[in-house]
Amino acid sequence: MPFNAIEVAKDFPILSRTIRDGKRLVYLDSGATSQKPEVVIEAESNFYRLHNAAVHRGAHQLAEEATDAYEGARAIAANFINADVDEVIFTKGATESLNLVAYAMGNAVAGNRFHLTTGDNIVVTEMEHHANLIPWQQLAARTGATLTWLSVTPEGRLDLSNLNQVISEKTKVVALTHQSNVLGTINPLDEINKRAHDVGAVVVLDACQSAPHMPIDVKTLGVDFLTFSGHKAVGPTGVGIFWGRAELLAELPPFLTGGSMIENVTMTTATWAQAPKKFEAGVPNMAQAVGLGAALSYLTKIGMKNIHDHENKLTSILLNKLAEIKNLKVVGPTTTQMRGAAVSFTLGEIHPHDLGQYLDNQGIAVRTGHHCAWPLTRKLGVPATTRASLYLYNTEADIDDLIKGIVGAEKYFG
Amino acid sequence: MELDNLYQEVILDHYKRPQHKKLSASFDAQVHHINPSCGDEITLNVTLQGDRVENVSWDGVGCSISQASVSILSDLLIGKTLTQAQEISDAFMALMQSKGTEKGDENLLEDAVALAGVSQYPARIKCALLGWMAFKDASVQALSKK
Repeated sequence: MPFNAIEVAKDFPILSRTIRDGKRLVYLDSGATSQKPEVVIEAESNFYRLHNAAVHRGAHQLAEEATDAYEGARAIAANFINADVDEVIFTKGATESLNLVAYAMGNAVAGNRFHLTTGDNIVVTEMEHHANLIPWQQLAARTGATLTWLSVTPEGRLDLSNLNQVISEKTKVVALTHQSNVLGTINPLDEINKRAHDVGAVVVLDACQSAPHMPIDVKTLGVDFLTFSGHKAVGPTGVGIFWGRAELLAELPPFLTGGSMIENVTMTTATWAQAPKKFEAGVPNMAQAVGLGAALSYLTKIGMKNIHDHENKLTSILLNKLAEIKNLKVVGPTTTQMRGAAVSFTLGEIHPHDLGQYLDNQGIAVRTGHHCAWPLTRKLGVPATTRASLYLYNTEADIDDLIKGIVGAEKYFG
Repeated sequence: MELDNLYQEVILDHYKRPQHKKLSASFDAQVHHINPSCGDEITLNVTLQGDRVENVSWDGVGCSISQASVSILSDLLIGKTLTQAQEISDAFMALMQSKGTEKGDENLLEDAVALAGVSQYPARIKCALLGWMAFKDASVQALSKK
């Protein structure tokens, strides 16, 4: 069946509600969090309704069903990114995943490949979300390693001209985003992966803005660790995916310790279970993981390529229409070449909060502010922007309403 | 249109023609306040003369609500005693927390009553309060130096 966003939108109950006294909801904030289809809401609530029990424990039928549902969701997630199932770890979201890998590296003792000390180096980029910046700042502070970064050009691309200087023989880890949540820029990974691997560093990819929107194959992507949040991929909040290469997960020390993640325990010592359990201490967010399984199945059924093509087409229409508004400046790439469907912009002297408020009054939900990427917005000289981010359920009518809203705001505040 | 409750003429006027938006060369205290969720920033100077607010000046970037609010505050508090300033600040704070149920005492709050509509938009209350928090901080610092 051909992709039809109007039909897809019918799967999402919230999209049929009205906003601010009867206005149609135009939801353009999927970059912050996506809406959920009925199948996900049902899967999550049915877990509580029918199968709830602590997974991997208990000798009763409910525990068996809960474990099957939870492990089934892991298999779906593995399939979604073409990973081996034991390489897929449930976290409570990408922020936890990135803290997990940073803290775990901090736990590595001398001799472990992840051990960091004075003289070592961590590389990030200037376009990182705070979630993929601050854990590394903190790791550097705890270990004495230096933190360096790839800069962003005025066009909103990574500046790779000094790649070989920034990623040096001292570099142990390179952490970067696949797609900027502010600029929409999709980063070229091949060159960065190659340089990182040449110097023996691992590459950690924040795929929050990419995995929900395009096909991801970790076997060809070339990175070593990858994470995304379930709630941005039509799944529930409180669950995310952390993927790592099997041999690296075997060497990476645990972050959180406790129940489930052990092999053997005495009063003074403990040894670790194999991944993924090694990184899943405590009773996990089971209903949310099951909901995420339903979400990723839903996306897979529609087809990630179909979703990506749809977003690409809409982004192109959006960029063309925005270009016709005289005082509007897109912050980030102005074509769909290596860019996703998060489009940030400024509108003359009108502050993004005021624009956002005006749009809200028309039923249009956008994000305003620095988008948790303050160093980036400061570098670009725009303390705040307005961001429209698109997803599978958005339509040309949504874009038309946004454009009308922007033009109306110019009149209102002009 | 409901939006007009929020964006009163007075607010847009202060936004377009902000008052006292030029940092004074001398001051008793200078503070820099940031709204970390949105990036609005304000630097505010306070000069006291005894227990009287002799001068308030400021500079900043932000939305119409945050900028108009600090502009109104400057107009309102210059020349007041610290006790009066406190009374006005308390009344403004209460107005912001009123969820649209209060109009505000115009005799006390003057132009600041125009911000009453903000109290119906929870996400914007912190915008309106940015300058007031800065003033509170600066006046305490200025007083402690006396």
